[in-house]
Amino acid sequence: MAAQLDTPMTKSVRRDWVPHLVIAIGIFITAFPLWVAFVASTLSNPEIAQAPMPLLPGDRAAANYGEALWQGGRSGRIMTPPVWEMMFNSTVMALSIAVGKIIISILSAYAVVFFRFPFRMAFFWMIFITLMLPVEVRIVPTIQVITNLNMMNTYAGLTIPLIASATATLLFRQFFLTIPDELVEAAKIDGAGPMKFFRDVVLPLSVTNIAALFVILFLYGWNQYLWPLLIGTDARMQTIVIGMSKMIDSAGGPTDWNMVMATAILALLPPVLVVVLMQRWFVKGLVETEK
Amino acid sequence: MAEVSLSRVRKVYPGGVEAVKDIDIAIPDGALCVLVGPSGCGKSTLLRMIAGLETITEGDCRIGAGRVNDLDPSDRDIAMVFQNYALYPHMTVYDNMAYGLRNRGTPKDEIEARVQEAARILEISPFLDRKPRALSGGQRQRVAMGRAIVRKPQVFLFDEPLSNLDAKLRIQMRVEIKKLQRALGVTSVYVTHDQLEAMTLADILVVMSKGHVEQQGSPLDLYEKPASTFVASFIGAPPMNLIPVGAGENGPQAPGLTGGRGLAVPAGGATLGVRPEHMIVATGPVPDDALGITFPVSAVEAVGAETFVYGPIGGTGQEIIARLPGKALLAPGTPVSVAAAAEHLHLFATDTGKRLGP
Repeated sequence: MAAQLDTPMTKSVRRDWVPHLVIAIGIFITAFPLWVAFVASTLSNPEIAQAPMPLLPGDRAAANYGEALWQGGRSGRIMTPPVWEMMFNSTVMALSIAVGKIIISILSAYAVVFFRFPFRMAFFWMIFITLMLPVEVRIVPTIQVITNLNMMNTYAGLTIPLIASATATLLFRQFFLTIPDELVEAAKIDGAGPMKFFRDVVLPLSVTNIAALFVILFLYGWNQYLWPLLIGTDARMQTIVIGMSKMIDSAGGPTDWNMVMATAILALLPPVLVVVLMQRWFVKGLVETEK
Repeated sequence: MAEVSLSRVRKVYPGGVEAVKDIDIAIPDGALCVLVGPSGCGKSTLLRMIAGLETITEGDCRIGAGRVNDLDPSDRDIAMVFQNYALYPHMTVYDNMAYGLRNRGTPKDEIEARVQEAARILEISPFLDRKPRALSGGQRQRVAMGRAIVRKPQVFLFDEPLSNLDAKLRIQMRVEIKKLQRALGVTSVYVTHDQLEAMTLADILVVMSKGHVEQQGSPLDLYEKPASTFVASFIGAPPMNLIPVGAGENGPQAPGLTGGRGLAVPAGGATLGVRPEHMIVATGPVPDDALGITFPVSAVEAVGAETFVYGPIGGTGQEIIARLPGKALLAPGTPVSVAAAAEHLHLFATDTGKRLGP
């Protein structure tokens, strides 16, 4: 009996610390590189070069971040524009893509779900199969179209080809299908036309979905690499992801690792901010089953 | 206020399925018409055609003087209560009720007055600021009713509005709907598959089957003179006993049956109908014109005020039910003789199921 009595306690202690240890290890593995990046961004270049590199922040934080933000980097002969310019480009691009995708896809899903028109399903499948044509596959023709339209080095050229989205259309369609027919009919009897029904009923019900999508699409837009690399040939059109890679890549020349790291940390902030601010909505949008 | 009339109305779906066949119904101003029938009989389709949610393939639907076939639902001056209430989940109770009025450009103070009035009648005033999800089923039902009332329409349409409520609440709301409809005097069409609900609510009862009207009239007319075996077995619970009989010398002939003189059974036989509640235990000889049935008791259900007695008749194995008043102490296995008076006997044609005689 006595043995049985004290087992639960031993067990509960073990139950407590084992998961904690696992979590702690996980956090350490995830966070350590970020910490190193942050520390490196506060040191001078010679300090980073010494082995082992210090693991506590240095005293050059303000200087490094100021220089990265306002003056731009230099690696070998390649000049990169100031980080604030690249971040502005990235923000414009990510926002345009996210907002554009949401507008286009919510409208097309609304049409496909709530209207009966000829070839409705054919249109839906046409949208659907574009899932098989990501940017990488259609990049050559798309570049040609953009060049012919004189949209190289413009925000329009940077964002429009990425806006059409089968995934978001599909997501909205699935959500719209859960809206009961009676609700549509009640609105008809209440005298709400199609656009009024969209504005007064569908849109408010989709808020959580829109928020979740916005987070995902903002990150998608922010992290774009290949397309902005080809379209933004002018330094003024560089996004931060491109800029950062250019700071490192130089034929054997010295790299200002403290600048690179500061830029990396700065590049992290907007996506983190979006996720943190929209987390509540994001989770709600993904798990909500209530209609 | 207005009468509703359907004349020769048909609904054919693309693909050729005929959901509603040639229906004529006239509902006088202020009456409550109940459409009842088994699922798939076309009653909901018919209601939705009146609402304008389904197109009318053929025939005329009139509300008041005007033909409404080609009007949008919102222009027909109707209000509809749905089975699942169809409340806007993101709007408060107040907004749910006000939405239709706002779309019509009703002045703000008028909306306020009407919503408050409806909320007072339905006793939902304390919930006006809540969202539907914070309400119970019964309360949501009331909000759905409120949304219909505030519109002050010419016609109320109810599509099985009580089906999602529990039994007790259903009876309570049934009574309230009846009272409300009387008080407002609005012509109403009510769809249900529950015959008891239909009987208690209807001024005009329309029994439908397979897309056509089996019979329409006052509920008691339908109960007393069912036009067909379908209506006979649909109206009344437990359903009417239907016994196949042959033509004898002085009336129906079937094993276990006696009497029934005066019933004109055609040569090929017929179906004899008698309601369970019209049977009494026969203590003496059964009069010639009354019907006597003797059968072995197979099961007894005593519910207090009455007792249901089941048993097979005359070797055919067909089960009949007798609904006897009080506590009839009968043991399963013993034979019992019951009798039904002549005026409670119904005769139907075997092939068509139509009523024979008066």
